[in-house]
Amino acid sequence: MNAFKDAGHLFRFAGLFVLAFVVFLVIRGYVVPKSFGQYGHYRGAAMGEIAAHPVKFAGHQACEACHTDVAEAKNKGKHAHVNCEACHGALAKHADDPATVTPTKPDPAVLCARCHTATAAKPKGFPQVNPADHSGGVPCETCHQPHSPAIVDAGGAK
Amino acid sequence: MNLSRRHFLVLAPAAAIAWKALLAGTPEEAANYKMSEHWWGMLIDVPKCIGCGNCVRACATENDVPEGYFRTWVERYHVEDENMTNPQVISPDGGKEGFPVAAEDAGKYFFVPKMCNQCADSPCTQVCPVGATFVSPDGVVLVDPKYCLGCAYCVQACPYGCRYIHPEKKTADKCTLCYHRITKGLTTACCESCPTGARQLVDLKNPKDPIHEFLKTHPVQVLKPQMATGAKAYYNGLDGSVR
Repeated sequence: MNAFKDAGHLFRFAGLFVLAFVVFLVIRGYVVPKSFGQYGHYRGAAMGEIAAHPVKFAGHQACEACHTDVAEAKNKGKHAHVNCEACHGALAKHADDPATVTPTKPDPAVLCARCHTATAAKPKGFPQVNPADHSGGVPCETCHQPHSPAIVDAGGAK
Repeated sequence: MNLSRRHFLVLAPAAAIAWKALLAGTPEEAANYKMSEHWWGMLIDVPKCIGCGNCVRACATENDVPEGYFRTWVERYHVEDENMTNPQVISPDGGKEGFPVAAEDAGKYFFVPKMCNQCADSPCTQVCPVGATFVSPDGVVLVDPKYCLGCAYCVQACPYGCRYIHPEKKTADKCTLCYHRITKGLTTACCESCPTGARQLVDLKNPKDPIHEFLKTHPVQVLKPQMATGAKAYYNGLDGSVR
């Protein structure tokens, strides 16, 4: 015990260190978010916040749940693999509330040309035309129904 | 109670540690979604891309991407006959409004959609000084805007140029692989709106995902494999001239 007789000042100093450490832990407990370090060196709750972003494209499953007739027609034609919102745009609001939010009909003159205008950069097998030469200004939908674009009565042109 | 200094010194840290453990509750996950059951990636089928720009527009709409910034974009390559190492690349407004008509002439043209490669060993997360960006347990590289300082180290570190500083939030922003959609069982906005199936969301932990068969049977590549980023955007039919 004699060895510690004159060491009182050291104990007081050590006590201060311990106190500072406790204060540090308490402040850290307040400042560092609960989920920090849950999965790694980041805030785990951030994932939930990012996942809370509103959905704007409803997804073709939602469209097909109601518009079964259109889906059926589309799935028989060459546009079977084109999802509804690829042409009609983001319509989650319409899917959530079909009565009040009514979508506007897209303009085929813009939409058809966007994919089917001929250019050397497109894959060779992809159906593409020069719109001016192809129809001479006649709207696409005069001959092609967008949901099933093959011309049936003309012997099934592509 | 008569608390001696000795007891106080023992009890105080113990109390602090216990209190900290009490605070560390379990943050909730989305219902019916288990992060441990997924490992997300993307398949990009270059020969199917027609350069319509649907993905770029859909991404901007879905994620409120500011004008002039891109989480995904489409590039058009023009490689003249022998000039493989010097392709001419254009991406007007990210390909949002399509591309000028390419004339038939010497060389080849093709489109390459670009986006965050969702690297498993991502250079962008390694440089973040504050733990604001990370690879989630389901394999998506995300940014925590509440932690991001906007120092832009990650913007420089990404070898694919997939990050930017959001002009209003002043924090790093990037493709989230539509994390708000894939955690609800939907596909990404770009995949949903791609008319040719050139982009497909893949779940590498799902044994039934057709990606496994696809990877076995196709010449698939990732961008900049020499950088060992563990990129999970798999490009099918990628030309050697693509950067």
